Amino acid sequence: MRVLVNLKEQFVDDNSRICDICSADDVVVVDGYNVMHDTTISESMDIIIVSKGQMPTEEMLYRMMTSRNGDVVNKAVSSASVAVCGLGGLGSNIACMLARLGIGQLILIDYDVVEPTNLNRQAYYISDIGKSKTRAMSDRILMINPYIKISVVDKKLNADNIMDSIKCADIVVEAFDDADSKAMLVETVLENSKKIVVASSGMAGYGSSNDIVTKRVFNRLYVVGDGTSEAKCGSGLMSPRVNINAGHQANMVLRILLGNMEE
Amino acid sequence: MIKINGKIVDATGMILSDYLSRENYINTRIAIEYNGEILPKSRYSDTIINDGDIIEIVCFVGGG
Repeated sequence: MRVLVNLKEQFVDDNSRICDICSADDVVVVDGYNVMHDTTISESMDIIIVSKGQMPTEEMLYRMMTSRNGDVVNKAVSSASVAVCGLGGLGSNIACMLARLGIGQLILIDYDVVEPTNLNRQAYYISDIGKSKTRAMSDRILMINPYIKISVVDKKLNADNIMDSIKCADIVVEAFDDADSKAMLVETVLENSKKIVVASSGMAGYGSSNDIVTKRVFNRLYVVGDGTSEAKCGSGLMSPRVNINAGHQANMVLRILLGNMEE
Repeated sequence: MIKINGKIVDATGMILSDYLSRENYINTRIAIEYNGEILPKSRYSDTIINDGDIIEIVCFVGGG
């Protein structure tokens, strides 16, 4: 019968098993799922065999990364463009998650450089210190998924320059630190476009994880957070809650792209 | 009947900016959807709250 093995058509005997066509140490992905080697091969399976620890070819890597999503999700994410405004604790982690999803285009916006105090929650490394966050994050994303189209904006966003910076985006993620900037972005983008905004408010400290929620507060505005936990002396920003919040925002982006608008 | 953030509020005839200061909102940290449309800050002081209005006020705190 006919199957695809590492993207090439191959004929195998009926009742063949995966172990008949690979080595004992190989990782085998069939139609998007890791399978055991004793799995029986069936007609037109899409089989990808990767030797452990070895870099797959570009096409195989692309196929493997996207095959995990399934066709419907993959089509929706690969044609989407998302702007991430602010690459701090929220934005750097959101950008990585969106990259792992395979979002087609990411617009990365920040004016700052990586500092040592960022490393408690932001998706950077010691070796990034002193680099612009846009540069450090572009490098990181290319290491996750080299097929994503990245554009960067090295600017502090304000009401006058924001629309130009996010014009290619379908969805705008607000990931700023400052409350006034959050409100500015929301008001400016919603007033001047039909884009959807996924914003954040309240994720400092170590309050319950379960207080962080996603709410559709306006027709085109979702806000994630507990709504009250402001970053201040005695209530700093720490990795777990910031990442929970970032996960909510990234998942809301995915849900919107798939047409699940309600929360 | 006026609804603000889902609650029925008695504010008929009030200027929106007066209502916001009465409720201790900090204007720079909020965004308002007024009857389904975003309302820019420049309009807060010339918007009079009318019967039937549905207002959503979102308030941001710092951190990210």
